[in-house]
Amino acid sequence: MVSKPHGGELISRIASDKEKARILSEAREIPKLFISRDLASDLQNIAHGVYSPLKGFLIQEDFLHVLHEMRLSNDVPWTIPIILDVDPEEISGLKEGDELLLICYEKPLAIMRLEEIYGWNKEEYVQSVYKTRDLSHPGVSKTLKRKDLLIGGEITLIDHLPNSFENYTLWPIETRLLFKERGWRRIVGFQTRNVPHLGHEYVQKAALTFADGLFINPLVGWKKLGDFKDEVIIKAYEALLRHYYPKDSVVFAVLQMEMRYAGPREAIHHAIVRKNFGCTHFIVGRDHAGVGNFYGPYEAWEIFKEFPDLGITPLFIRESFYCKKCGGMVNAKICPHGEDSRIRISGTKLRKLIRGGEKPPKEAMRPEVAEAILSFENPFVE
Amino acid sequence: MKVREEQDEEERTHGRYTTVSIPITLYRRIKELIKDTGFTSVSQFVIYILREVVSSMEEERLKGEKLSEEEKRQIIERLKRLGYL
Repeated sequence: MVSKPHGGELISRIASDKEKARILSEAREIPKLFISRDLASDLQNIAHGVYSPLKGFLIQEDFLHVLHEMRLSNDVPWTIPIILDVDPEEISGLKEGDELLLICYEKPLAIMRLEEIYGWNKEEYVQSVYKTRDLSHPGVSKTLKRKDLLIGGEITLIDHLPNSFENYTLWPIETRLLFKERGWRRIVGFQTRNVPHLGHEYVQKAALTFADGLFINPLVGWKKLGDFKDEVIIKAYEALLRHYYPKDSVVFAVLQMEMRYAGPREAIHHAIVRKNFGCTHFIVGRDHAGVGNFYGPYEAWEIFKEFPDLGITPLFIRESFYCKKCGGMVNAKICPHGEDSRIRISGTKLRKLIRGGEKPPKEAMRPEVAEAILSFENPFVE
Repeated sequence: MKVREEQDEEERTHGRYTTVSIPITLYRRIKELIKDTGFTSVSQFVIYILREVVSSMEEERLKGEKLSEEEKRQIIERLKRLGYL
């Protein structure tokens, strides 16, 4: 049976045709707020229940609870504040209770009922969410550049962003029905922002061995320099799935959501999101959502102990490597051989090889996947 | 603007935390039980257990998602068109 939505109800904040017509007919009179693509992605995710139980951007009470307790004010686990930042002049003359039209790329996307305007302490935010104030952390530097006020309130979506990956976009209401139609009861979610190497394939297949289905759900959206581009990740997965996965056991769909690199807190966030898609289990990687050396390799595993009420089971699968004597991918628990037999897969080394136009060894990456990546002139975010 | 629910006397007094009473004998049993387990206090243990129990009780009360036949038909049509079904 698919997971219950987080907080008990799958949220839908999508305008009916009648509501949309009303909003658009009044649009000229409604104050407008221009928002970034990342915020627009959050907006869509709220509206489609990806962030259930949120119905809008956080009001202050929830914001502070999330920051300090990693829970909403009703005690439901929530670790990453979903906030909308504005400059004072953007909302001058507005008061609580007013409606705002949220626009991205000249397109009216949603209406927001302004419930609260409040200030925030960005230094405190980054320390709580990222556990550091170091500007070399991509999440910290991004947060400190954000605007000085936050506005909270419920939203109603009237339109969507242009989507280059429409054929790979599924919302929770669709995946939940899809999993049911396929008869899946145990569904494992896999979060990624990378092209797949043999280590990823190993953990996915290890999990799939005892589950009914695997939901591979890469993030598309803002990533840091040097990460793989969205289209490269998709092409690489297409190649892997075509050649090495049984079609009936896997669902591959993308999610427009920015990477925050918040390590342990983001691991919980990723699990909650996949719970809303219907997953019952979630693979938590080593240094999940980490960056550089800001988090310990297993901190993202430890944090799950604080959430007995999360409602999705984390799967902590050990780091894998290729063992020449075993003749395949294994982990330290099942391989008796020494370090000299082991070939460890390093993301940095793989990137270096690909950057030089070289194909990674077959012990690290499937040749079809490597070819798909190398078919791009520059596969990296610049 | 946000309307706060009326809070009881205890909540007003203690801010984010409030006090509940358990028998001293139970307190002592828990204190003994949690030695070397990673729980640093009886309160921490009790919060953990209560959250686990409360969420599982809440889950049992939840009903299945309601989709109209028309909504279901439209979703299935799209899933088929995209090759998922």
